[in-house]
Amino acid sequence: MSRSERLSVLASEPVGPYTLLCVERGGLDPGVPGQFFMLEAPGRLLPRPFSLCLAPPGELAFLVDPIGPGTRALCRLGPGDELRVLGPLGVGFRLDVDRPLLVGGGIGMAPLPFLSEALGSPPALLGFRSEWHAEAAELVPNAEVAIEPTFVTELLPDERFDVLACGPEPMLEAVAVRCPGAQLAWEAPMACGYGACYGCAVDIDGEWKRLCVEGPVLSPAGERTSGDVATGEALFPGASGPQDGSACS
Amino acid sequence: MLLNASGCLDALTAPDTARQLDAFVTKTVTPLPRGGNPPVRIAETEHGMLNSIGLANPGREAFLRQTLPRLAGLGVPLWVSVGGFSAADYAETCARLGRTEVAAIELNLSCPNVDEAADTAAAIVLACREATGKPLFAKLSPALPDLPEVARAVQAAGADGLSLVNTIRGLALDERTLAPRLGTSVGGYSGPALKPIALAAVFNCYRATRMPIVGMGGVTTGRDALELIAAGAEHVALGTVLFGDPGAPTRIREELAAEAATLGLAAPEDACAFAHENRVVEIGNPRPKVET
Repeated sequence: MSRSERLSVLASEPVGPYTLLCVERGGLDPGVPGQFFMLEAPGRLLPRPFSLCLAPPGELAFLVDPIGPGTRALCRLGPGDELRVLGPLGVGFRLDVDRPLLVGGGIGMAPLPFLSEALGSPPALLGFRSEWHAEAAELVPNAEVAIEPTFVTELLPDERFDVLACGPEPMLEAVAVRCPGAQLAWEAPMACGYGACYGCAVDIDGEWKRLCVEGPVLSPAGERTSGDVATGEALFPGASGPQDGSACS
Repeated sequence: MLLNASGCLDALTAPDTARQLDAFVTKTVTPLPRGGNPPVRIAETEHGMLNSIGLANPGREAFLRQTLPRLAGLGVPLWVSVGGFSAADYAETCARLGRTEVAAIELNLSCPNVDEAADTAAAIVLACREATGKPLFAKLSPALPDLPEVARAVQAAGADGLSLVNTIRGLALDERTLAPRLGTSVGGYSGPALKPIALAAVFNCYRATRMPIVGMGGVTTGRDALELIAAGAEHVALGTVLFGDPGAPTRIREELAAEAATLGLAAPEDACAFAHENRVVEIGNPRPKVET
């Protein structure tokens, strides 16, 4: 059950170029790995979506990449500062997998520490653009790391695994080709996180759907359980699909 | 009354927020289904945000058959926002809605993200007036150079009220590449920066028509809502503020009551049109003395 609370920052720790922002949990449910929270970005109009990175007792921890004014403002928060947090939101990873393999790229590895904990520290493959960025791999046990120019998808084994992945769109598309049954956590700009703005619409099986409601974790067609989501139906059946062929931004 | 701005809330995915409102305004319904515009659809700017949703909606038939019955089950009075590309489009949807329990119809005559209808606003209102007895509110763009004139024209055509304002066109460029951030390049600008524009539109249209007005644009606090009421709005709608605060209706309602009390008013609606000197004379209601 998602809810909104004003919570205090407990700690803000650098992890390579990223910041691990730890806030008190309050009455919020940490949810399922892969679900996300909307964090108030100080001084900005809109909150920002973050998947939960870690859920120590009494805490919620988010991995923040300071790439814009909102994320930079979040990284400047210190202990005692307060921010409004809404969540958990969306659909997370299905955990009923036999042989999990976690795959993450860059800041896309954010939900994998919580996911790894939930699945008993399965093997993980993580890709980063530099050694500095790769310092975040310490958050995920049993991780093998690829640093550009090597791509994480080059590490994918030939044997069968239940792949759970999160990362940039080209990485997810490459994973989907190699591992057709993979659960993929996608990303799209969104203003609200709870189905109000229609900003995060993505093409799912030829129809636009809101990633914040139907995702962000999408299983392959045919394996999706629509009962997990609030609407459980195509938003607008019969409407024309994407005009540029891209799934999301 | 406190409403949501059309397209800024889905009552089916956020019923708790919808129930904080006095009435829920639907996303705009068009005759045929529309998927909407390609991503990217949202871009935050320094003082507001741009959207390029493009009237995504299931179309009239699916709306009437599937969505409306589910919305009716929420127990919140419903206003339906109606869109189209000709007067006949609008009128047909209004006729169909006339046989439902919908409380009012808002005619979206001002979406910045789709091509405009060929017919004038007044012609569309006239066609809709002939099609339904439901209250009709015409939603107009503040970018119209002759907004009060258009307001008078839709009033003469039979509109019962005005919804002011819709978003205005804006552009945001990427920090690094200088490329447009929205998939459609230009989108609708909303948020706090819109407030003075909304105030001016409400002020001028109230003076021109004395019609009931739903004021909206940049409302983030009770004070903002009170100012729209003082400019001439009878109702206030919340838009962008809902994205960051699903509890905004309750918060703003409380703030609005407190703001009115600070001015010595028994209720927020008592501030209606306070910004108009002649209104003060008309109703014999002296302005509260506010120390500055």
